[in-house]
Amino acid sequence: MPTLMEEMNQRAIALGVPLGVQLDVTYRCNERCVHCYLDHDDHGEMTAAEMCDVLRQLADAGTFFLTLSGGEVLMRMDFFDILECARSLLFCVKIKTNAFMIREKQADRMRELGVDSVQVSIYSHRAEVHDAITKLPGSLKRSVAGIRFLQSRGLKVIVANVLMRQNLADYAGVKALAQELGAQWTMDPTITPMMDGDRSILGLGIGGEELKQVFRNGDLVGNVEEFCAPPRPVDDGDLDGLPCSASHTFCYISPYGDVFPCVQFPLPTGNVRKQKFLEIWRHSEQMNDVRSIRGRDLPVCSTCSHLGSCTRCPGLAYMEGNMRGPSSLDCEKSFARTGIPSANMLAKKRQQEAKGNPEVAWTQLVHIQLS
Amino acid sequence: MSPLYIARSNEIAARQLGDEMIVMSNRDSTLFSLDSVGLVIWQAADGRTPLEDIVKEKVCAEFEITPEEALKDAESFVRELAGHGIMRVSDKPLE
Repeated sequence: MPTLMEEMNQRAIALGVPLGVQLDVTYRCNERCVHCYLDHDDHGEMTAAEMCDVLRQLADAGTFFLTLSGGEVLMRMDFFDILECARSLLFCVKIKTNAFMIREKQADRMRELGVDSVQVSIYSHRAEVHDAITKLPGSLKRSVAGIRFLQSRGLKVIVANVLMRQNLADYAGVKALAQELGAQWTMDPTITPMMDGDRSILGLGIGGEELKQVFRNGDLVGNVEEFCAPPRPVDDGDLDGLPCSASHTFCYISPYGDVFPCVQFPLPTGNVRKQKFLEIWRHSEQMNDVRSIRGRDLPVCSTCSHLGSCTRCPGLAYMEGNMRGPSSLDCEKSFARTGIPSANMLAKKRQQEAKGNPEVAWTQLVHIQLS
Repeated sequence: MSPLYIARSNEIAARQLGDEMIVMSNRDSTLFSLDSVGLVIWQAADGRTPLEDIVKEKVCAEFEITPEEALKDAESFVRELAGHGIMRVSDKPLE
């Protein structure tokens, strides 16, 4: 039996409603995380009044889940004006922050305004590791203090633990810290290319043998046998299925008013400073192009045994050169989970063999461009 | 029996999705989907109109149900919502 959330999603798809939206209120940040994909300079952020107008349009369009993120949201002096506006419009609001600037006053205000949850990025339980990633001395201490202020007000806090080479050994410490703080803990091994397409930061991510170890760790993934099981046979449901919620029930709005299908899908579809949100959502050629894609429209992935279970991100595929193409980072994950190469990897293998390089390792293949 | 007054709480997130209303309680993040009857009551919950009047004037006018049966269901409905902090219920008018 479908859950209420699943029913809501199905209804939103049928009605063409953007049920969830992430609005980044700023790209400015007090931290300089080594893996961050953003340009932190201010290139002309929307004012609080402009953002509130956008929020009214989103409420009229039917948006229910609103994530306010950045950059660091509290770099904006008027952040609470935007939050107050969002809550007056009865959005279910989630905030993503590093919590560095959250003290009693900010935590009280978030509680008063009825924020649903606050997600805080913590990279390590050891200050020397966390602070080296954020490049902000004292950041772990301040972020943990911020979490304590939020928790003491009864706010739901989620500790988000991005895993990369620098902090791979520390996930258990972060998980224990989250437990001690009374917060939930989530882990993600995905490093995203820069918004401008620069892929150099991907080298910070874990891959190959390390990724395999992560996926075989019950503390991290739950039921290992289930998580790493070989893919089930692909069926019509997979071929006719939607790749993800981007452009169907979700979209992303930048601090400058640019609307994208998702946070990590930088395909410009319009700007709310020039057009009404619903005009972009319903009529943008790009939004409708993304919306039209089904599993069977993916030339490589539709032939892949992983199609039904792959985490393929169309945004990452877009950043790789083709939103209908494979996302090699997800091929790498499917391979690390199951040991079975993806159709994309097999195609690259054949290409390399034709070029006289038959010995290239599977784990290296994912980083070679398919020509 | 004294009249029952109902008002929507501010401690919620809510949005109409088609002919249903999605409501989430800030207290415990419980999610509710109100059907078309629930939606009529929800929209009429102004804190000043007695529930009995809402049932007679709105619910029975739109749906085929007797006032007695509708009032019984409506009371149970608003008390359940009140239990999750998403509706305020009182025997006096509410602000």
